[in-house]
Amino acid sequence: MSESMQKYDVIIIGAGPAGLAAAIYTSRAVLSTLVIDESSAGGQVKTTGQVANYPGFVEPIAGHELAGNMRKQAEKYGTKFKLAADITTLHLSDQEKWVELDDEDRYTTKSVIIATGSSPRLLNIPGEQEYKGSGVSYCATCDAEFYKDKDIFVIGGGNSAMEESLLLLQFVKSITVIHQFDELQAEKITADKVTINPKVGILWSHEPRAFYKKENKIVVEAENLKTNKRIRLERDGVFIFVGLVPNSALVKNTPIQLTKYGYIITNPQMETNIRGVYAAGDIRDKRHRQITIAVGDGTIAALEIIHKV
Amino acid sequence: MLQTNLEHIESEEQLKELIENNEKVAVCCGRMGPMCIPVYDIFEIFREKYSDIQFRDMDFDTPAAAIIKGLPECRKFWGLPYTIYYRNGKVVKATSSIQSAKEVKSVIDDVFA
Repeated sequence: MSESMQKYDVIIIGAGPAGLAAAIYTSRAVLSTLVIDESSAGGQVKTTGQVANYPGFVEPIAGHELAGNMRKQAEKYGTKFKLAADITTLHLSDQEKWVELDDEDRYTTKSVIIATGSSPRLLNIPGEQEYKGSGVSYCATCDAEFYKDKDIFVIGGGNSAMEESLLLLQFVKSITVIHQFDELQAEKITADKVTINPKVGILWSHEPRAFYKKENKIVVEAENLKTNKRIRLERDGVFIFVGLVPNSALVKNTPIQLTKYGYIITNPQMETNIRGVYAAGDIRDKRHRQITIAVGDGTIAALEIIHKV
Repeated sequence: MLQTNLEHIESEEQLKELIENNEKVAVCCGRMGPMCIPVYDIFEIFREKYSDIQFRDMDFDTPAAAIIKGLPECRKFWGLPYTIYYRNGKVVKATSSIQSAKEVKSVIDDVFA
């Protein structure tokens, strides 16, 4: 039973660029707007060092600064925020929509924008969580210097894995890339810079199955995907860069239609299959994922709502 | 210099005084990096929710951070930020690397209950 019920014209779930852009538009149109996020505002942008391709900024702007500005702009026009909030119930149907948080308050609305974005993919194997920050890392910028002159693994063969490897190579003694395919998926120009480096070795067609600790070393148990044989290799640390996953867990128990990969299906107006429910940003099924595109998605969803009021 | 809205700890003396005079203290020691910023942001939000806890941050690259880096609980940490929870002047929990709001809340509920 909810403690209290509050009504908003628009509820936006997700405080990244898509959600914040939508909030700026709906709030400026004098629609009462609530933005809910399980973390702080800013989405992935706040964790991006420098953003150099966002129009209007001649010099690169720090990601956290750009995200902070978007939030301040939304607040300036009256957007309300519930951050670090735990959504316990999300009810979405053509007739009614409401969100219940862990504080047991219930928020009802006629229009919802889902803008929950995506997150770095975890391997979800034994040892990964346990050794996060003490042998397992997801950020070269943050943690590379802890591995100065050390031997490490990099898991992944896409663009982020290769770009982060280039940074790591400035610090470490050697990198063993573990990749599930027989070739790297990263852009050739970046991949070549990594592979020609004598400090780099590649374990093709292998996938990690578990991480262990042996004194100060991290042990990776990796399976050969062709022979199913498992081997154990020992290094000083492991960096994981295996792509992104949509943050769609919240909507999986709703009637919203998702692709098999978990992205929300929309039409060009950002409408989902439920009347009054929109999706915007990286959570939406589409080919390209950029800050500018997320902002565009959020704007379209907001304008659709505004025009229907 | 950390660009956050949290109060910064800038010396060892400041930290010692803080933990001596407050029952519940949480310190996030890091840089303005992708793994650290989300934790500072969560601290800012929780500062309002948990008014009995003192939330602070600390620049990992200042000499004062030696007091955090030297903690036995942080000896095996190889990921930023280092987040330390003190109760009655003693370390009751330390985490390394990024933490979600749920993870921070879980620690708070556990060690500061």
